Amino acid sequence: MNTITTALGTDRARRPRAALTVLLTAAVAVGAPFYLAPFQVFQLTMVLLYAVALAGLNLLVGFGGQISLGHGAFFAAGAYTTAVMLDRYDTGHLATLPVAAAGCFLLGLGFGVPALRLRGLYLALVTLSFAVFLPPLLKRLEPVTGGSMGLTVDKLQPPAWSGLAEDQWMYFVVLAVTAVALLLARNLLRSRVGRALLAVRDNESAAEVMGVRLSLHKTLAFAWSAMFAGVAGCLYTWVIGFVSPDSFSFVLSITLLAGLVVGGLGSLYGPLLGAAFVMYVPSVSQDLSEAAPGVVFGLLIITVMFVAPTGLAGLPGRVLGAVARRLPRTTTTRAPIPEAAPAPDAEPESRAESGPPVTLTPADPAVVDAEPVGAPPRTEKE
Amino acid sequence: MRKTTALRVAAAATAALLTATACSSRRGQDAQDTAAGGACKGQQTTGITDKTIKLGGIYPLSGPASAYGTISKGAAAYFKYVNDKGGIDGRKVQFIVRDDGYQPPKAVEEARRLVEQEKVFAVFQTLGTPSTAAVWDYLNKQKVPQPFVATGASVWGTDDQHPWTIGWQPNYVAEARVYAKYLQDARPKAKVAVLYQNDDFGKDLLGGFKKAVAGSGIKVVAEESYEVTDPSVSAQMASLARSGADVLLNVTTPKFGSQALAADAKNTKWNPLHIVNNVASSTAVLQPVGFKNVQGVVSATYFKDPADPQWAKDPEVKTYTNAMHKYAPDADPANQFNAYGWAVASSLHQALDAMKCPTREGLRDAVRNLKKVKVGMLLPGVTMSTGHGDAFPLETMQLMRFKGQRWQLFGKPVDTRKEFGPPAK
Amino acid sequence: MTDLLQQVVEGLGSGAVYASLALALVLIYRFTGIVNFAQGELAMLSTYVAWQLVASGMPFWLALPVTLAVSFAGGMLVERIVIRPVQGAPELTVVIVTVGLFIFVNALAGLIWSFTVKDFPQPFPDGGLDLAGVRVDWSALGIIGVVAVVMGLLYLLFQHTSTGLVMRAVAGNPASARLSGIRVGRVLMLGWGLAATVGAVSGVLVAPVLFLEPNMMGGVLIYAFAAATLGGFDSPVGAVVGGLFVGVAETLTGAYVGVIGADLKVGVPLVIILAVLLVRPQGLFGRAAVERA
Repeated sequence: MNTITTALGTDRARRPRAALTVLLTAAVAVGAPFYLAPFQVFQLTMVLLYAVALAGLNLLVGFGGQISLGHGAFFAAGAYTTAVMLDRYDTGHLATLPVAAAGCFLLGLGFGVPALRLRGLYLALVTLSFAVFLPPLLKRLEPVTGGSMGLTVDKLQPPAWSGLAEDQWMYFVVLAVTAVALLLARNLLRSRVGRALLAVRDNESAAEVMGVRLSLHKTLAFAWSAMFAGVAGCLYTWVIGFVSPDSFSFVLSITLLAGLVVGGLGSLYGPLLGAAFVMYVPSVSQDLSEAAPGVVFGLLIITVMFVAPTGLAGLPGRVLGAVARRLPRTTTTRAPIPEAAPAPDAEPESRAESGPPVTLTPADPAVVDAEPVGAPPRTEKE
Repeated sequence: MRKTTALRVAAAATAALLTATACSSRRGQDAQDTAAGGACKGQQTTGITDKTIKLGGIYPLSGPASAYGTISKGAAAYFKYVNDKGGIDGRKVQFIVRDDGYQPPKAVEEARRLVEQEKVFAVFQTLGTPSTAAVWDYLNKQKVPQPFVATGASVWGTDDQHPWTIGWQPNYVAEARVYAKYLQDARPKAKVAVLYQNDDFGKDLLGGFKKAVAGSGIKVVAEESYEVTDPSVSAQMASLARSGADVLLNVTTPKFGSQALAADAKNTKWNPLHIVNNVASSTAVLQPVGFKNVQGVVSATYFKDPADPQWAKDPEVKTYTNAMHKYAPDADPANQFNAYGWAVASSLHQALDAMKCPTREGLRDAVRNLKKVKVGMLLPGVTMSTGHGDAFPLETMQLMRFKGQRWQLFGKPVDTRKEFGPPAK
Repeated sequence: MTDLLQQVVEGLGSGAVYASLALALVLIYRFTGIVNFAQGELAMLSTYVAWQLVASGMPFWLALPVTLAVSFAGGMLVERIVIRPVQGAPELTVVIVTVGLFIFVNALAGLIWSFTVKDFPQPFPDGGLDLAGVRVDWSALGIIGVVAVVMGLLYLLFQHTSTGLVMRAVAGNPASARLSGIRVGRVLMLGWGLAATVGAVSGVLVAPVLFLEPNMMGGVLIYAFAAATLGGFDSPVGAVVGGLFVGVAETLTGAYVGVIGADLKVGVPLVIILAVLLVRPQGLFGRAAVERA
């Protein structure tokens, strides 16, 4: 056994390692709905679709370096587009996906334009105030949105030839879309657009000097992330079958952002971890403390931020790094700065490895963690 | 070691899944228990045995609507009280309460958990129109009773596609009609200003009121809405004051009810007849405003207010208060929501007693065939009735006026079905 | 005309409420450069402490200073326990910590005191003045008065005391401040303590009007943000002026702009924030920031 593990751990074994990982993951993902109870499958389905939304937010926040406290608005836009199409125009489910995606992409482009002039805190405030404004707006547009009573639509039904139960079919559909979305996100990041985004995030002026068109790429970041959120919203409507303005309050936006940061900004698995956190922690905390699940949820968010300021995805790497540092003093010791926590920038490389598919090149910047994301203009920036 | 993290995680997940399946496949246990024979043959007996009955409830224990979460405490206290006396027909009740934070997707998740994991007999009480609307398709498909939902939307009774779901409290349209009738008698030429919450509850009541006064001398001259996320309604109240109306219809939830009452009291130049809806009529809403400031306010109700000294010697209210002290010591017995929970739980008890078969179908049919069923916590003259063409258990309310330190009932209970006919679809 | 003036008076009353919370937000930002999303909830918690003291029999005028002292200590504690550990972390981490704090404090208040509305003593007399047909409540005047006093005190603190100078140094450049021998940690705790105290004042002023329950401050927060943005996040005077302006704008828009009406008037803070940030990001009274990239 030892020889196998050591053999697998070498660089040369990258291909077989990757293949094996993918195979096992696929087996688990595909096999799960046949062994788990329907409501657990439903929970997994919700995790997947929230992961899509978080992957989009990750593009904007983790890689683009812009804070958005209003992403629930794009999610709602996608959900409502789908619901209206299903309810008023009686289109099939599949047709709603591209429409929601395209519509939210355009919406994100529209948002990106004013967002250009805003940074950090200010962008956060603007997006938050929009998130607060959205439910009343949805209610006002009653002829289209069904007002405060909301819209009930048919959920996705399994076709007869599949022989699957409703929850299984929904799971597989969502799984397929999620896989495509995550792959798309990964490819975006490795493309020119992605590299431009990272350059912009790390140092705007330098990026500009190098020829990166700031305005274009920042706006694109918004557009892509909005598209992902819109797709997630569309899936939400397929799975839940009911939309109402109060389902998409600013609490959703805040929860999405918190989930992303807890899961791990700027990492590829962060969205999945974050979605799982957002989905399961409130349920589990209900079992622990029937009285106030919010107490546990809030406390957990804070605790995770203490223990892993850059998110759970980076945690194994950080833990291992910390362990490695404590080994005999062949490694250079770094004294922790008195007033600061073990600052994340003290261990760039141990954070880097959070378990992405090994097909990434070591120099892949996608895995390096988020730097201070957007800061309000200060009088000095030393 | 770091390079193999992903592989290790995937391997661990596979192992976990295999172990889980090796122990027991959770699927394929969808086949529900069915009754043995006799007249009840083939009906579902999931969640009910000779000795136990399992009920589920979904309430907002957190989030913006959490003030209503205490209803679950009143209901739970009732079930504990009944269990101590031997249970319902010898069956001890297990009441599982889950939190949905007033969020529809959470409600869906909890409903599925209750049905598939906890295998409850019925999902008794889902609170709020959005949560109820999000789960009623699923529950009806699964053939799980959803009796006495905690929302007054009229759609639960007018709809005929969901036989397993039924409301309980007088719906908002019925309540609006009671106020309309009162005004027709007391102020036939009233000019009414309305403050309403911008959601299904507020709109349903306002719509019902407008329909009920259509064609009479009563006119709605101003309406202002507010959102639950608004900090206050003072601006809306100022606008309504400008309308010169002589009646104010206050369709709000507790906190905003207090604010509206306070704003009305402060405005010495405008003195409309202030009608406050039942949800915001509890003494807990009036007290922060100051009793002296709410004299003459009118409302309507259908169950006994535990804070009303008139019922201090009433046996049901005494039982309720003692039970609350014993089983829910941190809840306030004077809170009207707890009394509501007690009332609806005891109503369910009556329905369970009336079941012909101890099955889910039995409960579904029992709640749709109630014949003037009396419930201790309801006002005298208010009974539950359902039947063919009538899917509204409670449609009677009685007016009350605030005098001194408490509400005083006046007039006779108004049966809105008799007065106005069934609610339109 | 009297209607318009009455609405303006209503707006000033709401505006004073927003201003009071905005002052606490500005304080935290000046000291630490952090925007504290949990500020409103902490203010609400302080208000519950006051309520609990009064409900246990303490006279209101004694409960008030006790609450302020407890809030001051509480604010320092929050800084030490919750914020300090993430001091060096990316800004977004700190934002999320304050978000977690928001959720935690809100649920905690509901857990301890339930979500039923509580009766809170009104420090100002009932009734009001009648100026040419326009009604001005004593309570509204009282809130504005107290807010103005707090604003004045804060202004003096920042501009004319050595503590104020130290705070500005720390907020402007913590590294240099440390090198100059300033105990940065102490100053940060002081800042949070002060902000919590101002928040407590805000809560106590506001509770008789908005009625005390755990979600009392939730709706106020976005308006307070708009106020602070308009006035400038580092100016106490700006917070108050901004608050009053936001209050009046919101009320008048809701009352007279039919298209918007009362239900969409929450769009007013959005428009204000957008307009300010696009036209003059430092706000009316803030200092323009020069960024050296």
